[in-house]
Order: sequence, then structure tokens, then C-alpha cells
Amino acid sequence: MRKVAIVGVGLIKWGELWEKSLRQIAAEAIFECLEDAGTDRIDAMTIGNMSGGLFNGQEHLSSLIPDFMGLKNIPAMRIESACASGGMAVRTAYLEVASGLSDFAVAVGVEKMTDISGQEATYALATAADQDHEAFHGVTFPGLYAMMAKAHMDRYGTTREDLSSVVIKNHKNGSLNPNAQFPFEITGDQVLRSPMVADPLRLLDCSPISDGAAAVMLTTLEEAEKLKKQPVLISGIGHATDSLALSSRNDILKMEAVEQSASKALEMAGKSIEDIDFAEVHDCFSIAEIMILEALGVVPPGEGGKASSEGLTALNGKFPVNPSGGLKSKGHPVGATGVAQICEAVAQLKGEAGKRQLKNVKAGLTQNMGGSAGSSVVHILEVI
Amino acid sequence: MQVPRYWREIPKRYRLEASECINCHNVIFPEKLSCPQCSSKAFKTIRLSGKGKLVTHTIIRIAPEGFNDQVPYAMGIIKMEEGPQIMAQITDCDPDKLKTGDPMIYQFRRIRDDGNTGVIMYAYKFVPDVGI
Amino acid sequence: MVGIVGYGTKIPRYRIKVEEIAKVWGTDAPSYKRGLNLNEKSVPAPDEDCATLSVNAALNALKRAEIDPAEIGAVYVGSESHPYAVKPTGTIVSEAIGACPYVHTADLEFACKAGTEGMFIALNLVKSGAVPYALAIGADTSQGAPGDALEYSAAAGAAAFIMGNKNLIAELKDTHCFMTDTPDFWRREYKHYPEHGGRFTGAPAYFKHVSGAVDAILGKTNLSPKDFDYVIFHQPNGKFPVQAAKKFGFKEPQYLPGLLSPTLGNTYSGSSPMGFAATLDIAKPGELILLISYGSGAGSDAFVFETTNRIDEVRNRAPKLKKQLDEHKFYIEYGTYAKFRKKILVPN
Repeated sequence: MRKVAIVGVGLIKWGELWEKSLRQIAAEAIFECLEDAGTDRIDAMTIGNMSGGLFNGQEHLSSLIPDFMGLKNIPAMRIESACASGGMAVRTAYLEVASGLSDFAVAVGVEKMTDISGQEATYALATAADQDHEAFHGVTFPGLYAMMAKAHMDRYGTTREDLSSVVIKNHKNGSLNPNAQFPFEITGDQVLRSPMVADPLRLLDCSPISDGAAAVMLTTLEEAEKLKKQPVLISGIGHATDSLALSSRNDILKMEAVEQSASKALEMAGKSIEDIDFAEVHDCFSIAEIMILEALGVVPPGEGGKASSEGLTALNGKFPVNPSGGLKSKGHPVGATGVAQICEAVAQLKGEAGKRQLKNVKAGLTQNMGGSAGSSVVHILEVI
Repeated sequence: MQVPRYWREIPKRYRLEASECINCHNVIFPEKLSCPQCSSKAFKTIRLSGKGKLVTHTIIRIAPEGFNDQVPYAMGIIKMEEGPQIMAQITDCDPDKLKTGDPMIYQFRRIRDDGNTGVIMYAYKFVPDVGI
Repeated sequence: MVGIVGYGTKIPRYRIKVEEIAKVWGTDAPSYKRGLNLNEKSVPAPDEDCATLSVNAALNALKRAEIDPAEIGAVYVGSESHPYAVKPTGTIVSEAIGACPYVHTADLEFACKAGTEGMFIALNLVKSGAVPYALAIGADTSQGAPGDALEYSAAAGAAAFIMGNKNLIAELKDTHCFMTDTPDFWRREYKHYPEHGGRFTGAPAYFKHVSGAVDAILGKTNLSPKDFDYVIFHQPNGKFPVQAAKKFGFKEPQYLPGLLSPTLGNTYSGSSPMGFAATLDIAKPGELILLISYGSGAGSDAFVFETTNRIDEVRNRAPKLKKQLDEHKFYIEYGTYAKFRKKILVPN
């Protein structure tokens, strides 16, 4: 297997992009990525997208996107793993390059969620849960994570303030990110005043519905050198699955797919979590970030909430999490999220993260998951 | 048209039919094709008693399509006497008074209908076990 | 020997008081309460209908019958609020209780008499030897038009009876029927609410048929009112059944245990069967019970049952009706009631 590096990133500003279509935002992100990489060579294209079918009535993105870019004969494929589709697209592009099949593989993540009503989008997202045994009964994603939050509060004494601390921190980080959908700070009071969605989760505990796209260009170290680009090495990848239905887990507070994907990635990179300087994680809900901290081994089980409240994960904390603002502030166009996490890690590692730049970071981790953690993919990135 | 998908699940949804592993007696609901505990592929069908305890719950205040008329409604995970956990609506309750550990019992209820001209879908829900 | 091997009931937990309905329509609540002896009625939750009430009542009946549901050879659901115009309720019930696939089912409709119609058929089917057990259910989520007198009484509930020929809790002594063509109450195809003949529903309809059935069964069995420990009449309100009982000289201890309408309302097909179930909840072995249903259109079925020793063994295996009626109630306002009963126009 060849070593694989990222030589270019492309990220458009996320939000409610009324004027732009699915194909347009995907193509814009890819063109920006090609420009950043300094090449227009595409040996393979992987497209992370959860549900073009339900959000836009459009499948067959592998033809749609290169075609709109004005390209032909591109070996493109769509990768789907619900909200982890983006991370999986990067992993697939990695395999293209590592295996020797392709020298330049671009991974794009895209989701255009505002073409349908909020209620229709809620339905589309719920297809990432078990349709027959969860969604059929009327549960929503906020509902699933709310059940985890309730259990976490019951068992570990996690508080409302702990949940809010994740939201406040991520918005603070996001306020420094010009690409964020909601680049402003919010207060604990604002969280408490926001409408209840599924007790105990309020609207501001939830990531938004967003349009967005992100792209990364992967190549070998040799090609990176030829392009005269500072490469960021993908030194570890881990990917795991767990039961689709939350209720099927022996312990609903144990995100085994996250644990397994992280330990595999760290093992591959020859590192432990202590060697990692920061992480971009899948904070689709406030409770998710707390549970991911525990699953990654950053803190012991049950201590994620307290650690957040105490500032462990702040920009200036010991283990900064979601310097980009996370899904919460930056936005969560589901298929794009996993790719954008990698864009942020690359920016941090290359010292190009502007006002939110972390100091002296050499190794970062991205964690992207689908559904209620039924699938998870972790990447370890390093500067060399 | 959701009829075939609904119909296929009737034994589980109406009667709480579960799979008991012949080898290790692990009870699985809904069924899987191999036992997550011992990998055996031999099962027999049993009916769950319908009694269990509330593991966690939430109150859905923004509902998916088809559930608007029931808002707010409680949903929870119930640990059944036989072992498996089931996610279901908790009906006939004051959602604000539900507590983890509350005894729960099966009831047969309407889940939703496929529009006002479509098929009516029924399944298990759970209610606080108050002896009625 | 043929009779009942198990019975069970289901009452929704929601209630609305007569005053709450009267407040909306500007009517005189005390006069309704006094005149019709109605105080409150049950209201089905949005996730309840005739099928769910039937299943939950039937499962309670199975707890008392202690039989394998696969042995039930026939399932009859009597109701005027079957959830589908075309598609049986009986298959839903049979599937949910585990009686499928070797079972005969039919949905019955005869205004408020459909429940006892099912009982009549089930008992005679067992008697004929065609099936070992037969299940009969009377269930309704009845609708009264907003503002109509029926709105004060139209309620929801179900009673289920499993008939067999061994391990009986009540043995059938005799039956009789009394029918004429009398249009006192009806609902036309595609109409949401029934219409009725006002005072015509009294003397020529309810009282004539109930009396005809009582006279006939007493004559056939050579029994007189004082021979019965209990009597149950159909209960469109709290007044008619008491008047009927008094006309024949029945005393309060005979008719009060089965008189549910003052706090339950009229559960239509469930009405007299539920009164009968409440009576079984308290009857001692060896007691004689007279059950008289009434269905508009019109007719009455009469049944004489005698309880056996087994009734003491099984009555506590499932919730008793009075407990379902009197405990754990949720009172709702008219707005919630209107939402639950789909009386509010909403975009589809």
C-alpha cells in the first residue's frame, strides 16, 4: 500500500443556498479543490451523499457531477453511509490511491437539503435509522439522541449545563470560521430559551439543516512533491459498524462503532489518543460530542459532559474539539460533513485556519458517523 | 404505498414474535439471522410477554410526517422481561411523569395511516403498567 | 353444555364531562345529567379505534380463558365504527391474538346490537360442534354529531367473550331474539355521523324491542324477574335501562352492577356486553344473569347465563371493568376532544 496525502481542499460557504443546485455546489467545491491542489487531473472521483433521491429526487450523482463540471470519462462513484457518507468517500478515495489504482483521487461530499420542507427533510434523515423498527414508530433523530442524553444524565449525572457547554463552545469556534452557516456566538440562556424538540434536547442542541459541499484531493507523496504542495498525510483510517437500531445495543451509551473505528485508525497510525493534538468530531447533537469524547478515549465513560463544561475541548483547552465550529455552527449538509472535517484538519495542520488556528498542532483526528452511530469512520492526519 | 413493507412485519408488530436461540437461549427482537451472542443460526419463535421496564425515554415535540396529530408523544426503550430491548411509543401516559425503571406493558395501537385513504398501520405500543 | 370460558374489556383512559360539551354548545348541563343520567363519557385516544379496543379486550379475555389462541376457530367483531369501510376488523384481531390462519372471521354491524349478534353466533357455532372456541367482541368508538344530543353519550369501549364447551365460567341457559324493521337511527353510506328519530327512538324502538325480548325469554325459560340475580340492558343513556328494569320489577341490586352509562356513556356495540362483563366481575358461582341488548333498526337479543365455580378462579387474571372505568382517568377539554375525534378541519 502506498502512502497517501491530501494536496488540496475545496470548501464553499454553507447555509441555505437557495440560488444553487446540488450539482452546482458539488462542482464548485471540486473546482476550488483542484485549484488549491494545482492540478486538474482526476483519476477517480468519490462522492459522499446521503440521499440525493429523497432530498432532490436525483440519484446517479456519479454522472451528474462530472457532467455539470464539463467533464467526461471520469470514474466517479457515489458512496453512502448516511451522515458518514463524506468520511467514507474520503476513505474510498484513499483506497484508490493507496492501492495504486489511481494517482489522483478527489473525494467530494455534498448534500442539498433545503429543496424540500423541514418535515420532509426530517423524514429523509430518519431513513438513516431503522425504518421498520424505529422510524415506523415515530422516532426522529433528535428523539434517538435525546434518549441517549436522558440515559447519560440518569447514569452519569450529566447536566443541562454540560450539554449547553458543547453548544456554546462550538458556536464560539464557528464565529471565527467565515465558512460557517451560523458564524456567531450563542449563550447558555439562548440554548435554554430555544424550543424543546425532544426532551431534553432543545433546538439549539441540534445541528441544522444545511446545503453544502466540500472536496479534498488525495495523491501519493511523490506526486505531492511534484506539485510543490505541502502534503498532509493520512496516517490512519478506521471504519466500523454497529447495530442500526439504538435499542439493539446492550448499552445505549456505548458507541462501539466510534470506539472501534478510532482504535483501528490510531493503531494504523502507530499512535495513541494522547498523541493527537485536536479533533473534528460528529456533534450532530450536543450529547453526541460528549459521548464521542468518551468513545475516543479522551475521557473515561461518563466524564464527557464534565470535561466539556471544564473547558477541556475549547480552542485553548488541552484537547480542542471542533475548532471549525462543528456540525452545530458550521452546518451539517450530511454527505458533506465528513469531507469538511478533513478540510478543517488540513487547514489546522498547515497553519491556515485564520482566527481559529490552534498552536503547534502536528496530528489531528476526524470522526464522522452515520445515524445513531451505526457506522463511524475515523481519519488520522499528520503534517510531515 | 407502504403495504408490503408493513404487512411483512405483522407477526412482530402485532404479537411481539421474537427469536430464541436454540443454543444459548438468547432472545432477540427483532430477529437476526445469526445469534450475536453465540453465532448459532438455529432459532425458535416465541411470543414476548409484553412486560418490561423503561430504560430511557424522550418526548417528541417535532414529529415526522404522519405523527403530527399525536404531538407531544413519548417514545422510549423498554427492556423486556425476556431480555431484548424494544423502541416504541409510550401511550396513555402523562409524558412528563415517566421515569426510568417504570414498569411498562404492551398494548395494541394504531401507529399511523398512509394518508386518509391509505392503509391503517397497527403495532405494539407500551403503556405504564397500572393494572388496567 | 356451552358458555363463556373467558371475558375481557377495554376502556380508553380519556374522559370528557357533560358540562364541558354543554359549555361549547350553550346547552343546559344539569338537565342532561338529570334527564339522561349522564355525567361523563369515555373518549378514545388518537391511536385507538375499534380494532385496537377489540384486540386489547380480547387479550384480557384470553388471560381468563387460559387457552391456546390457535384453538379459536371463529372471531366475530360487532361494531358500527369498523376502521375500514371495506377490509375486515376481524382479521386484524385474529392476527394480533394469534388465532390465524385457521379461523373464520366476520365483521358484524347492527347499530348497538352488533356485539351480542357476535355472541349469539359464537355460542351457537360452538354448540354445533363446528369449532372448539369462538371469540365474540362488541367494540365501538362511536361518533355523535357535534352539538347533537348523541354527542353527550357516544363513547368508546369493548368487551370480548370467548365461548367454549368446557371449563366454563358462565353456562348459557337460553337465548331469544326480537326483531322488526324500525328505522329509529341510521347512518347512510359515506356519512360521518348517524341520524336518529328523536323521541321515536324511545317507545316504538328501544322499549318495544327490549320488552319484547324480555317477555319472550321469560316465557321460553319459565323464569320471572325475581329469579335473576342480575340483569343488564342496553344503555344508550343512564335513563332508558333503569326505566326498562323498573317496568319489569327488577330492583337496583339486580341492575346497578351492570349499569355503566352514567360514567361511561354509550359504547354502542360494546354497551350491554360491557355491562355484562362488569356483572361477571362481581357475580358469585351459581348466579343467574339476564342480558338484553338493543340495536336500532331494530332488535334485541336476550341471553340467560348461569355462572360456575370457575368464575372465582379467573376473574382476577385480567383487569376488572370497574377499575378500567374508575381509575387512571385523563379528563380532557372540548378542544382536545375535537382534535382526538378528528372534528377539526386540518390540511391533508
